[in-house]
Amino acid sequence: MAQASAFAPPAGLADALAVTLLLLVAAGATAVVLVRARVRQVLVLSVYGLLLSLLFLAFQAPDVTLSELTVGSVLLPALLLLTLAKVRKREE
Amino acid sequence: MTPAARRLVFLVGAAGLAVFYLFGLSGLPGFGRYPGPYGFIVNRVTVAQTNATGVVSAVNFEYRGFDTVGEEFILFAAAAGMAVVLRHLRGEHEGAPLEEAADRDLPPTSDAVRMVALLFTGPIVLIGWWLASHAQASPSGGFQGGVVIATGFVLLYLSGEFQVFRRLTPADVTAAVEAVGAGGFVGTGLAAVAMSLPYLTNFLPLGTVPGAVSSSGTIALVSFFVGLEVTAAFILVIGELLRQTLLLRGGKS
Repeated sequence: MAQASAFAPPAGLADALAVTLLLLVAAGATAVVLVRARVRQVLVLSVYGLLLSLLFLAFQAPDVTLSELTVGSVLLPALLLLTLAKVRKREE
Repeated sequence: MTPAARRLVFLVGAAGLAVFYLFGLSGLPGFGRYPGPYGFIVNRVTVAQTNATGVVSAVNFEYRGFDTVGEEFILFAAAAGMAVVLRHLRGEHEGAPLEEAADRDLPPTSDAVRMVALLFTGPIVLIGWWLASHAQASPSGGFQGGVVIATGFVLLYLSGEFQVFRRLTPADVTAAVEAVGAGGFVGTGLAAVAMSLPYLTNFLPLGTVPGAVSSSGTIALVSFFVGLEVTAAFILVIGELLRQTLLLRGGKS
C-alpha cells in the first residue's frame, strides 16, 4: 500500500477540502453555462479553469494542475477572446 | 418529428444512459481507493529503472511513451489545421494593426499593464524553460513548460508590442521549430529501433544521480523535444489568430 506522507493533512480536513473544491467546480461549470454574454462567459471560463486546477492540486496531481492552469485559465480564454474579436469584426 | 415524439426519443435515450451510467458507477472502487497494482509497481521501480525522480514524466515519456507520441501529434495536427484554415485568403490584405477597431478607438495600453507584462516576460520564459528541462526531477515536463513559454510570448503582445511579437516569432521559424520538436520525439524513438531495440527504448546513459538534470536518458531528451513542439504550436496558433484579428482586412465573409 502507499505510504502515508509525513505532510498528509488529517483525513477529515482533506475530505473537507475535496468536497469544497468539488462543489466549487460544479458551481463554476454551471456558471459557465448560465452566463450568456460571450466575453463575460470567457472570463468565467477562465476562473473555472483556475478552480479546476485547484481541484487537481488537492487530488495530488501537480502535473495536471500545471497543464490545466496554463491551458484552461490562460490560453483557452485567450484563444476564445481572439476568435470573438475576429467574429465581431466580421459581423459588422 | 413532432415535439412529443422527440421528447419520447429523448426520454428513452436518457433512461438508457441512466441505467448504464449507474451500473457503471456501482462497479467503481470507493472514492480515493486505488485498487490496481500498476501504480504501486511504477512507484517502486521507476527510480531504479530510469533514474528519473519525476515518476509521472517517466510514465509519460518512457513507460507509455508511444501514447505520448500520439498526443503530441494531436497538438501538431491541430496547429497545422489552424494554419491551413486561417491562411491568407484571396482579397485579404494586411493593414496597420488596430486601425479599424470595431466600435471604439482602442485606448493605448496602460503603463501599468505594459510594466507588469514586460516585467513578467523574462521570468515566465525562464520558469517555462525550467519546467521543460526538469521533467525527470519534478511533476512538470515539456508540455507544461512549453505552454508557459508560449504565454511569455503572449505577454509581449499584451504589453502592446505586437510587432515585436511578430518579429520574434516569424511563422516560418515557428513552424520549423514545431516540426523539429515533433520530429525529434519520433526520431528519438526511431534511433532506438535503429539499434535493434524496441521503439522509444531508453538508450542513452541514465546518469549516476537520480533526479539530476543530466539523468534519465531519453526521458529528458523527449521532454525537451515536446517542449519545443508545444511552445511553437501554441505560438503559431496564437500568432495566426492575432494576425487574423488585428491585421487582415477584406476578403469574403
